[in-house]
Amino acid sequence: MSPFSPQLEARFRELMQRYPARRSALVPMLLYAQDELGWLTPEAVRRIAELLGETELAVREVIGYYSMLRTEPAGKYHVQVCTNISCLLRGGDELYAHCERRLGIGHKQTAADGVFSLEEVECLGACSWAPAVQVNYDFHQELTLEQLDKILDAYAARARGADPSQGQGGAGSPGPRTALPVDGSGSRGEAALGTRVQEKS
Amino acid sequence: MTKPHPLETRVVSRRFDQPDAHTLAGYLASDGFRALDKALAMAPEAVIEEVKASGLRGRGGAGFPTGLKWSFVPKQSPREKYVLCNADESEPGTCKDRLILEYDPFAIIEGMLIAGHAIGARRGYIYIRGEYRYLLDRMERALAEARAAGYVGKNIRGRGFDFELHAHTGAGAYECGEESALMESLEGKRGIPRLKPPFPAVSGFMGGPTVINNVETLASVPAIILNGGAWFAAFGPPKNGGTRLFCLSGHVRQQGVWELPLGFPLRKLIEDIGGGLRDGARLKAVVPGGSSTPLLPADTAWNIHLDFDSVAKASSFLGSGGVVVLDESTCMVKFALRIMQFYRHESCGWCVPCREGTQWLQTSLTRFHNGGGRAADVDLMKEVSENILGRTFCALGDAAAMPTLSILQHWRQEFLDHLAGKPCPFGARTSAAGAH
Repeated sequence: MSPFSPQLEARFRELMQRYPARRSALVPMLLYAQDELGWLTPEAVRRIAELLGETELAVREVIGYYSMLRTEPAGKYHVQVCTNISCLLRGGDELYAHCERRLGIGHKQTAADGVFSLEEVECLGACSWAPAVQVNYDFHQELTLEQLDKILDAYAARARGADPSQGQGGAGSPGPRTALPVDGSGSRGEAALGTRVQEKS
Repeated sequence: MTKPHPLETRVVSRRFDQPDAHTLAGYLASDGFRALDKALAMAPEAVIEEVKASGLRGRGGAGFPTGLKWSFVPKQSPREKYVLCNADESEPGTCKDRLILEYDPFAIIEGMLIAGHAIGARRGYIYIRGEYRYLLDRMERALAEARAAGYVGKNIRGRGFDFELHAHTGAGAYECGEESALMESLEGKRGIPRLKPPFPAVSGFMGGPTVINNVETLASVPAIILNGGAWFAAFGPPKNGGTRLFCLSGHVRQQGVWELPLGFPLRKLIEDIGGGLRDGARLKAVVPGGSSTPLLPADTAWNIHLDFDSVAKASSFLGSGGVVVLDESTCMVKFALRIMQFYRHESCGWCVPCREGTQWLQTSLTRFHNGGGRAADVDLMKEVSENILGRTFCALGDAAAMPTLSILQHWRQEFLDHLAGKPCPFGARTSAAGAH
């Protein structure tokens, strides 16, 4: 029994053919599996090992190396605050401390209601738009504390709005899904980067 | 999109203000794939000579001459050859490849096709850091368009040239930006660096001869082929050909990424483009090329030119083009600590000097910053750093040691001031990022 959707299974089959050896697909497969399930469940690890003809231990050894891969659930919205040098100089530490206070959680912790999790992360590649926060895959850049609050408000509202649909998967449904880019917050990756760079150049 | 600054010279960023350049139609409308046609009509050796003549040096950080790198690949090989694009941009202070991936993905594809023709490779991969998901999606769309139009795949442009190209996501690891670690990761393993030699040109991905170049390097190639190596070289001083993207961040009024000819004065970048320091503050130091590079004190920084050789003369490196500006309010102990937390976190643990050295340096720096520091540790940190330098498989150990040594050299007194209880402008919090 695969823990993955038929679409993801098909994607994996295509991925494994892209390389001289199918094992090359391992890291992308793990990340895409996590995108679908929210975290790398034991069933996910077993299935990926099976598809690649590798042992589960070999797969777990790789999971342990990559900082984005997790073997425990995170929040529906994973808030990643950069505090590396460029962000540090423009208030990254303050953004992170503010998230800790507001969300009531610390580094790599998940709030009790499962909406937010928090992580202090290394450089996100947003140095010239510092300070930066990434929520799931969305970049939010050149943030003030007020803007950060508005963004977190928007995600919290979205989580509340999404509540009724959460039961649809039934008893066997996977944990919280990693959300795709949020349009409503006005900071979707491409658009946000585009407008900001334009303003600044 | 980004509008050109009057002081910019736009070559690799020439399509950054073109709204549709990330589509095939938009790319074709602005000279797209004309360089490929030209290159396919040239002998592979002639393509390599043109790149050599351009003086193009790697834009990822090491600055190795690109044409020379390509020429190391053996013509005949029993194993398949590969072209890899390093889009694992993770060096703190660096955010330029992101813009090329966003605004001009086809230039990367075209550069890789030209590299494939030059070295006789038939397959390539673009390794994109996992955090850049929207750019992975954008590149996948570009590749699908290129494939549908016959620019990727079999018998490209009817010239009998086959080249398969795929994008590949990482999943969070600075170390995978190191070329041999990237290849390990691309083989589905932990990103542990390989012992060199053999270099990738001889034995790289899957043991085959491999050219691996940074995004900006590859995206610079089409313009070089189209306009000639000499044209590109003329933008910069001798042996420092061309233009490159500089990422300005830190305590400046205007952060941003701009393309400048090599040899551009750092003072002009900070003052005329960056608008000077915020709040009229005074300059304390500059990180010239990403967090790995030794810091320049203000008096050196004000008089330096941004090319490989000038920065090397000032005992630092042009690196990845990440220019980070620090004003006088910056606590150098905190700054050194944050850099070390990063390298300690990213050390893959393979080499003892790096694994243990970064841990001990972090411990000492934390003691200085949070209290309980020891005067003798200033010299001990210097000794530990010097014992990392040159004693590891890859450059991550050096990258941790070099900025630390420069901070200890130029701002030694700040460490001693912390022992005497002088206040720290950043407060006492230490990053959690390095604590796991």
